[in-house]
Amino acid sequence: MLQIHNLSATVADKPILKGLSLTINAGEIHAIMGPNGAGKSTLGYTLGGRPGYEVTGGEVSFNGQDLLALAPHERAAAGLFLGFQYPVEIPGVSFVQFLREALNSQRRSRDEAPLSGGEFLKLAREKAALLKLDMEMLKRPVNVGFSGGEKKRAEMVQMGILDPKLAILDETDSGLDIDALRICGEGINSIMRKPDKAVLLITHYQRLLDYVRPDFVHVLAGGRIVRSGGPELAVQLEHHGYEDVA
Amino acid sequence: MSDLATIPTSKSEDWRYAPANALAQIWPIAVEEIHVAAGGSDALTLVQDGGDRSGGGEPIARQILLVLEDHAEFDLTILNLGGTYSRIAVEARLGKASRLFIGGVQLAGANDKLEIATEVTHAEPDATSRQIIRSVAGGTASATYLGKVRVERGADGSDGAQSVRAMLLSPTATANARPELEIYADDVKCAHGCAVGELDAMGLFYLASRGIAPRQAKALMLQAFIAEALKGAADADNLHAQAQDRLSRLLEGEL
Ligand SMILES: Nc1ncnc2c1ncn2[C@@H]1O[C@H](COP(=O)(O)OP(=O)(O)O)[C@@H](O)[C@H]1O
Ligand SMILES: [Mg+2]
Repeated sequence: MLQIHNLSATVADKPILKGLSLTINAGEIHAIMGPNGAGKSTLGYTLGGRPGYEVTGGEVSFNGQDLLALAPHERAAAGLFLGFQYPVEIPGVSFVQFLREALNSQRRSRDEAPLSGGEFLKLAREKAALLKLDMEMLKRPVNVGFSGGEKKRAEMVQMGILDPKLAILDETDSGLDIDALRICGEGINSIMRKPDKAVLLITHYQRLLDYVRPDFVHVLAGGRIVRSGGPELAVQLEHHGYEDVA
Repeated sequence: MSDLATIPTSKSEDWRYAPANALAQIWPIAVEEIHVAAGGSDALTLVQDGGDRSGGGEPIARQILLVLEDHAEFDLTILNLGGTYSRIAVEARLGKASRLFIGGVQLAGANDKLEIATEVTHAEPDATSRQIIRSVAGGTASATYLGKVRVERGADGSDGAQSVRAMLLSPTATANARPELEIYADDVKCAHGCAVGELDAMGLFYLASRGIAPRQAKALMLQAFIAEALKGAADADNLHAQAQDRLSRLLEGEL
């Protein structure tokens, strides 16, 4: 589904990703762990196409398409979802309005009929319930006044509504209490654990991986994948830190 | 406000952003008077469009004189949609415990020069005035707000607020904002805030990451930006639709 080959990227002229390679197949869940400042968020932003994150080398193919040639909104329409470490507040624009425009934009670009207001609300209500987020909150401006945990649950509601092929989830577990962690973990499983989908979990901690069991675990340090293994690698990292493995 | 008998020069503070040739064309300006009797309440929506996006349109200027008697209320909503020079000026005189709301939106593209000028005088005690002005400027356009709140001697308990914000869509666009206070009374609550900015890049990326194309993302954020100024209008939905139409054409020119 996703093939990253030798990807290099700079932020503000500073090289952050330095020849990163990673392959993710449909049906797989991968976790990327690594110390602060390793470049984990930079990887997510670069794949999402954030302005200012400049690719200086390498290729990324997403379901056969050259991902890097697409504008950010086209990457979304192609089936990529980026869960933000720090979800952005958009004053004055409600979640419902924003998500309906987002979903219908994606659908139009795939030549699918847009959802009516009623159809959209039904879908939104269903996904909000899955993440135990009060539907009333989706009538409020995007992320404004939401707690850290509510923002992360709202990210997962968005993922449920947009139904991507590949989700890159950047520290979805940070800022969550134990109940919210379980709810988000179960949400990820129910939305994304399917044969035709894949997930890249970016995380610091083992704890999310107790709910969303990864098939592969990678260590990102110094802008590259320095080690890959199975779920046992996450446990090992939890006990021994990054020093030994990286 | 300035004497309307003679054509002002650009040295006049009230007209400093007006193109010299426009003044000769629009002069003299008829003053439209609105009177709200004691205890009465009224509202007005002004939509002004100088048309002709190619830049050849005629300049337009309106001058409103608004007199609110004691305990009168008035809601004025202004939608200034474009033109080589499109000015709406309001001079308001507030009686005792009267209330005035002015919501103003200006959407300037290409080489538009748009202007809202207000002079609100709290002549008697306990009147309230609220002004919310939101301007958007792209291309080489300029959007100007000149607003004075004057509190006369003895007009204690006056409460006047101006909130002025502008959003620039291009590096060659200009926003001028000059909120002013002139206070000759005691025990007065007056506040003004003014900010010129650009659309939040992180917000635009967030919207894009969900599948919303750049022009649509900007339109969504700008629609939210102007909303506060339109909330007093009875026909807000219609105004939003007109603004949205204008915004999407304005953004077409930006991308
Ligand atoms: N916008 C930016 N401007 C300058 N440097 C940045 C920016 N974003 C990230 N960096 C730098 O890139 C490096 C990697 O950051 P990041 O990808 O956020 O790491 P991680 O998510 O693994 O903690 C850090 O050294 C950080 O300081
Ligand atoms: Mg990070």
